[in-house]
Amino acid sequence: MTSMRLRPPWLLLLPSIVLLVALFGWPLVQGVLEAFRDDGGFTLAHWERLFADANFWRALRNTLLLIVIVVPVQLALAIGMALLMQARPKFAGGHFYLWCIPLAISELAAGLVWLSIFDNRGYLNSLLVGLGLSENGVQWLNYENTTTMLLTVVIAEIWRATSLVFVIVVAGVQMIPREYDEAAQVFGASFWQRLRHVTLPLLGPSLQVALILRTILALQAFAVAQALTGRDFPLLVGETYEWYVNLQNPAVASAVALVVLVISLGTAVLYLRTVRQPEGAR
Amino acid sequence: MAEVVLRDLVKTYPGATARATDEVSLEIADGEFMVLLGPSGCGKTTLLRMVAGLEMPDAGQIVIGGKDVTYLEPRRRNLSMVFQSYAVFPNKKVADNIGFGLQVHGVPAGEVRRKVEWAADLLQLTPYLDRYPAKLSGGQRQRVAVARAIVMDADVLLMDEPLSNLDALLRLSFRAELKKLVSELGTTTLYVTHDQVEALSLGDRVAVMRNGEIAQCDAPTAVYDDPASQFVGGFLGSPPMNFLTGTVEQAAEGSRLDLGGQSLTVPAALSAYAGKPLTLGIRPEAIEVADGDGALTGELQVLEPLGSSALLTTDIDGQTVKVQAPPSFRADPAERLSLRIPPEACRWYDPETSLLLEVR
Amino acid sequence: MTTELRQPVESTGAAATLPPVDLAPLRRRRVRAAWVQAACIAVTVFMALPIVLIGLAAVSSRNALVQFPKPLLPSEYSTETLLAFFQATGTFPALGNSLLVGIYTVVWSLLIGAPAGYALARYAFRGKDVYQVFVLLVRALPIVVLSVPLATMFLRLDVYDTVFAVTLVHTTLALPTTVLITASIFVAVPTDVEEAAQVFGCTRWQAARKVVVPLALPGLAASSIFTFVLSWNEILGATVVTLGHRTLPAQVLTALDEASTAYRFAGGFALILPALLFIFVMRRYLVNMWGTTLR
Repeated sequence: MTSMRLRPPWLLLLPSIVLLVALFGWPLVQGVLEAFRDDGGFTLAHWERLFADANFWRALRNTLLLIVIVVPVQLALAIGMALLMQARPKFAGGHFYLWCIPLAISELAAGLVWLSIFDNRGYLNSLLVGLGLSENGVQWLNYENTTTMLLTVVIAEIWRATSLVFVIVVAGVQMIPREYDEAAQVFGASFWQRLRHVTLPLLGPSLQVALILRTILALQAFAVAQALTGRDFPLLVGETYEWYVNLQNPAVASAVALVVLVISLGTAVLYLRTVRQPEGAR
Repeated sequence: MAEVVLRDLVKTYPGATARATDEVSLEIADGEFMVLLGPSGCGKTTLLRMVAGLEMPDAGQIVIGGKDVTYLEPRRRNLSMVFQSYAVFPNKKVADNIGFGLQVHGVPAGEVRRKVEWAADLLQLTPYLDRYPAKLSGGQRQRVAVARAIVMDADVLLMDEPLSNLDALLRLSFRAELKKLVSELGTTTLYVTHDQVEALSLGDRVAVMRNGEIAQCDAPTAVYDDPASQFVGGFLGSPPMNFLTGTVEQAAEGSRLDLGGQSLTVPAALSAYAGKPLTLGIRPEAIEVADGDGALTGELQVLEPLGSSALLTTDIDGQTVKVQAPPSFRADPAERLSLRIPPEACRWYDPETSLLLEVR
Repeated sequence: MTTELRQPVESTGAAATLPPVDLAPLRRRRVRAAWVQAACIAVTVFMALPIVLIGLAAVSSRNALVQFPKPLLPSEYSTETLLAFFQATGTFPALGNSLLVGIYTVVWSLLIGAPAGYALARYAFRGKDVYQVFVLLVRALPIVVLSVPLATMFLRLDVYDTVFAVTLVHTTLALPTTVLITASIFVAVPTDVEEAAQVFGCTRWQAARKVVVPLALPGLAASSIFTFVLSWNEILGATVVTLGHRTLPAQVLTALDEASTAYRFAGGFALILPALLFIFVMRRYLVNMWGTTLR
């Protein structure tokens, strides 16, 4: 490429830099400071208040639980779906379209969709009662049933967000040259052996991207739980919303946001370390 | 070690109008090195992939070692293959690559190591066993691919243009190495290439393919000296065979080929072609720049000194004829040369079918 | 042209009669294909059924909705549920706001992001990696951290609770993906065409406009649709910086607590409808955006 210069093309980059510094850099700094500051200067009072709130710990527990369950399941599901597509079944185009629809569905809509199913008078209970498996249906979303609440949020999240991981994994699988799998076939490898020796190792980079992206986004889940359970199943970002909007306390809201930030960075670093790219593989 | 029989194989790719392979039949003897030669799109790779099990034939049968494998999955066919792009697994070290086939078959680790070391030694890869493929050159990666294939002791060894991604010099040296290696191992081999020099050098027999059909299948010398069709004659040899078309005229001393000015003796066996067109095939190296009985006169157009020979482009009655002359030959453009055409080197073709006419 | 197969002098002998064709592998293949199809259908049902269900709920009458147990097909069809949602206070304005914000966001992010993408594609400069990491950071960090300070900032600048405020937030959020996607689009446009235009007399700017943009148009269109969907679905940022001029998701979210069942179902369905359309239009680009096409 002959038009490469070493001087940055400022005119082209400046607008984006200005926007990002003003609307991202500055608020970021503000946000971090906000959590440690009040009228008197540096303080940890907001943090004390936050840690004293039982809801915060419940939210933290729920959020981590959600991630630990949802992310691996989605990864496995997305890989399975991508492999199904690779087998080129009939109606592959139709299946692909339907599998991708959740990509454009907002958290809130996803929550509402599953609400129609899990509601006390919703479709799932209707089915159970109709089949005679239950008298009045199960109270899935009852605030006393923490396990079932978790289950409903998990299912709704899996439904909503697997498409994103799926699309990334499909792109990754298609970038693996066909010859590797063919060579493995000719030399005697079964489907699982091919998966283990060829497909998964070469998917490494895509899986890394998918994992990081998905975890960070999962940490920000909140509207799904709001739609399904209201405040009964607190999540970290939901708490931010609560503190800011309902409790009118921006400082503590910032503190919660920082907790989310720290966990995000932590998990990203974890992934970059563990999902090591196979040495020598691009 | 096994023989391979292909019977009436048909394959059409979805969306294509012409067949990729059109009822192709071929028999490869046990231990034979068979080369499939032809231009791109002739169906040679399709044929190889059907033998490997990577493509399913629409009709026909494939039998390896007396067992029908027409629709059998690749991994059950006991084959090994060397790919054009090497397909060496980037996430495995060289040793693990070579031993891959043995490992997935459950061979114990000790034996795997022994065989890997044997194959690596044969291909001079021993110092690289612990490296990853990204740290190897293209030629070395190809060696790994070959080592991976020979370590398997498979029934049939398949090779899909393994040398075409190497640079010219490497191609030459590796070709000789490959020939020696395969003949020592004695494995039945099916080798695909578009390079006619490779085909002539390596094959016990060469199957020349065009448009999904086998034009001729014979020993390299036979395919070169007695091309069954004009296509085969023009495809083998560099520079390719010359073709001169003319009309047969009956004369007192026998038939002659009238080229529109000059004429040439036609064998008595072809006197039935009196009044009809006929094509003469003659290789550039067979034509001598000398006087003699029945020599033709050609006007020199271009002289290319190629070092080992001089390639002359001449014009004989409006038709272009290439002549291979000794390297020291010199002449000026437009000079008229006397070109002697030995009758024993002449091959005669029917212009309509372009097939070889037997004159013996 | 007939084939002339020259037989070798010695025949292999065993070739005269061949064993019968083994059809077992074909059967295995068919069984495997059936299982694959079954698995695909299972996943498709999982993905599509909820949408069908909420669609059915949205077109049920109020009575049908409160029925329990609910039959699969509603006993009574009616538009009253949907109407109740659309006629509820705030819905139509919110719809309008979402539309406006979406369009503005697309325009702004293209105006700001596409030049940056072009710079990344055509120039190699010191600090290029730093810039790219910086841009990615925006996407990677939870917007949560920014939403509160941004709201405070907007309050002070007196643009709080306006379409403009939401547009700014969404443009910031969409910028990383816009920059990176447009960069990969411009990389795919060959430089020779641009250089040819310059040789024939165009300035750099003219060459870009006349030659590169038309070639990049399909990719830019895909990127725009992606940005629009992002903006349409974004909740947290929109909710936090607005009060009376909410976007549709923000509106539904805040109304959720006091909302009736009908409102919830209809709202959910209304939020999903655009998604169905978007994905249908975008499906070819979904995998393409990362540089490959679905084979």
